[in-house]
Amino acid sequence: MEYNNEYNMDLYPKKLHWKEGDFTATRTTMWSGPGCHEGCQVIFYTDDDGKLVKVEGDPNSPFNQGRLCMRCLELPELVNHEERLRYPLKRAGERGEDKWKRVSWDEAYDLIEQKVREFQEKDGPESIISMIGTGRNVSQVIAHNQYANFGGPDLTLCFLSGDSCMLPRTALCYVVMGNQWVADMSQFRPDRYENDPEWQIPECIVIWGTNPVVCNSDAFLGHWIVEAMKRGSELVTIDPQLTWIASKSKYWLRLRPGTDAALALGMMNVIIGEDLVDHDFIDKWTYGYEALAERVKDYPVEKVAEICWVEPELIVEAARFYAKAHPSTIQWGLAVDMSKIGTPTAHAIACLAGITGNIDNPGGNILIDQACGLEFGYNSGIEYLKEGMVEKRLGNSKYNLKKYGFTASSQSDCILVACETGLDEKGDPRPVNMLWIQSANPITNMGQDAPRIYRAMKNVPFICVVDLFKTPFAVACADLLLPCAMSNERDCIRVWFDPVRSLTKCSSFYEAKEDEQIMIDLGHRLNPDAWPEWVKEPRDYMNWRLQVGNCDFTMEELENEHAGMIYNDFRYYKYEKGLLRPDGQPGFMTPTGRYEFYISLFDSWGVDALPYYEEPPTSPVATPELAEEYPLVLTTGKRSFEFFHSEWRQANTTSRELHPVPYFDIHPDTAAKYGLHEGEWAWIENQMGKCRQVVRLNATLDPRVVSTEHGWWFPEQEAAEPSLFGVFDCNPNNLIPMCENGDSGYGAPIKCGMAKVYPCTPENSAPEDQPTYQVTATNGYTHGPSHKSDTPSFYDQNK
Amino acid sequence: MANIGEYGLLIDYQYCSGCHACEVACKKEHDLPKGDFGIKILTDGPRQCSDGVWEYDYLPVPTHLCDLCAARVEAGKLPTCVHHCQAGVMVYGPLEELAAKAKAAAKDKMAIFAK
Repeated sequence: MEYNNEYNMDLYPKKLHWKEGDFTATRTTMWSGPGCHEGCQVIFYTDDDGKLVKVEGDPNSPFNQGRLCMRCLELPELVNHEERLRYPLKRAGERGEDKWKRVSWDEAYDLIEQKVREFQEKDGPESIISMIGTGRNVSQVIAHNQYANFGGPDLTLCFLSGDSCMLPRTALCYVVMGNQWVADMSQFRPDRYENDPEWQIPECIVIWGTNPVVCNSDAFLGHWIVEAMKRGSELVTIDPQLTWIASKSKYWLRLRPGTDAALALGMMNVIIGEDLVDHDFIDKWTYGYEALAERVKDYPVEKVAEICWVEPELIVEAARFYAKAHPSTIQWGLAVDMSKIGTPTAHAIACLAGITGNIDNPGGNILIDQACGLEFGYNSGIEYLKEGMVEKRLGNSKYNLKKYGFTASSQSDCILVACETGLDEKGDPRPVNMLWIQSANPITNMGQDAPRIYRAMKNVPFICVVDLFKTPFAVACADLLLPCAMSNERDCIRVWFDPVRSLTKCSSFYEAKEDEQIMIDLGHRLNPDAWPEWVKEPRDYMNWRLQVGNCDFTMEELENEHAGMIYNDFRYYKYEKGLLRPDGQPGFMTPTGRYEFYISLFDSWGVDALPYYEEPPTSPVATPELAEEYPLVLTTGKRSFEFFHSEWRQANTTSRELHPVPYFDIHPDTAAKYGLHEGEWAWIENQMGKCRQVVRLNATLDPRVVSTEHGWWFPEQEAAEPSLFGVFDCNPNNLIPMCENGDSGYGAPIKCGMAKVYPCTPENSAPEDQPTYQVTATNGYTHGPSHKSDTPSFYDQNK
Repeated sequence: MANIGEYGLLIDYQYCSGCHACEVACKKEHDLPKGDFGIKILTDGPRQCSDGVWEYDYLPVPTHLCDLCAARVEAGKLPTCVHHCQAGVMVYGPLEELAAKAKAAAKDKMAIFAK
């Protein structure tokens, strides 16, 4: 069980290719599709025809030491799946009829070129919008394509309300510290754990709103924490339910969903009140501590305990443990973003780490950029946008964080409204003529109020989808559907944190193209001035971007001379060494040069410069009358090992063998109260809509909370409407609003809604009772008209 | 191929996260049909004990279809479950060595499976 990276170098050599029996082995990095946030190093085994037949983890990789999750191990099932898209398809019937005509890539490109030029001329390039999923390794491609080829300024996560995935945390971190932090598990150096002379074992790891061993989010392998646990780290887990890792924690704080900010403020009340702070760090490197100390007085532990449904003693003990341990670190997750106060919540947690001085210290929360400082993210190619175009981004005039450049994306909810009304957030005309959706399936999981998104798409004249499979969104909305390559079919570079890694193509699949290839081909057609003539293939593109980024290596050198990965020189305490600011001065890249508890930019914008808590828009406290009808707090998006969002749902995969149906978790007492039984289907419903999932009893939940899975569709069901793969039937996004965002434009009440539950019976579960049928065929749910853009929503009525 | 009862797996199930990597690696290595497993994860809990402690453990159990990846081992590789275990909680070896390792670890929740 030792952690070393020297296992049988004859069988697993640090080479790019070798033969093993009848197979060719390729040593490379796995990074999507299918989606994933990691970049584990793997050996792909291909046969004489170049078909992927087997995957092994590379035991000599410091990143994952040969270990792999089940989805990589079953990867050949998806790569070679009979339902995978093989050719470009053009819609032949009406949208939703699932009638397609196979076309050549040239015909597809001709159509895109014709539409793009038509829309550019008619309403300007800003009438073309690109939207992305998550974890599908297209961040740089979709941005570069949008900015350089289409010329429009709008790019964001695909109808994810409030862009509530990492972006609220990231934007907040950039105003507080001019950088972003992650928990230090020695991941940025090749000698891991005790082999790194500087790294320290975190005495305390706080796991905040994530189930890290399952979700592996944000380039962080959750099992790194297990390695730290083996070395003595103790945990504080903040989660509404007892995850496996919570059960191994010293403290488990079972908070009410959506109250994370109150908890962080209450913990700071304890830590500041008992003077457990790091005065040295605060005095030398931070700004606004006194104001923060005043603010946390509003959050005494008793009050916070009542808000959060956590015992006050536990809050006190956990706060003391976190503050007294050295070093302490926080691994935070999606739940931080997924409330309306996502930004203030992230702010509160960032303050918690700051007052204890656990910033950029070994075993603490360390500051990190993309590898080699390369821009492979949402700003790729932005230099090609015409002057004045960035300012036109949807949401920019309304939200300061966007206006002043603390984010590289537009606001999803504003894009939805523009699709619906043809107006921007100022009420000025802003037609949306074309959506370019690359690796996103928004009516299945990413978009809230999924039926509303479905309807809004009917207003968009041309929608092009690039994906691996024929998804529900593609069937319902796409006019052109393009097949893209999977990880083993791509030449690519990954810079999502250190180390920089290469992906080496070792197979191909019919006419599926690499996302990069599509971008390059469109570029030479649409805007040849922006594309060097020699950049013809993805490998050329990578070498071009390495040149532009002033890197002193080529893709080929990375693959052949560096075994596919280069660790940069990661250093601790960068703020002491003048490594965070372009002027080379010590300090942080903020207006005060300090870690800002009191955010000076927010102050200048006239918004609250300190963290605060506010109730979710619907909750037993905020809307007690609503709670009479919908008494349970609904949290959504519980992850499982088998899936990545809406992927891996194909019926014959090992994932579906292990996890055949959607489950929602409910306390046994609550289930009994509402007549629900383990393994039986139940309806989950609120004022927005309903969905159904299978009851799974979970005694670790608060009896007032239920927890659903997300991303379910059923590829084994008919594609054409009104079936549409049953996409709305089990979708908790039917119950969650769009356009209910925080003042920053970030955050949405995705994990903290309300619902009631009742058994599915033959009387209430006829075909016409199914949400998919109701949405696609009758335009509404049986219990009332669902939300439409021309009528005020429940949330608007209650403002 | 070693004789029955000579080799086995040592599993530190305090840290098994139940991630299914061993199950799926095994199914792929041995090309097992749906429903068949060479190793299967059993679950205890989550279950609150009378002292307030939540017991929540996973334990991977080799089945009769497990051959300790004889072909892989012969080729110089580790059994695929051991190789891919995300929590790094599995050790393959002669039973005496496994017993010695279990003792040296001086901790609870260690299991040895003989094959």
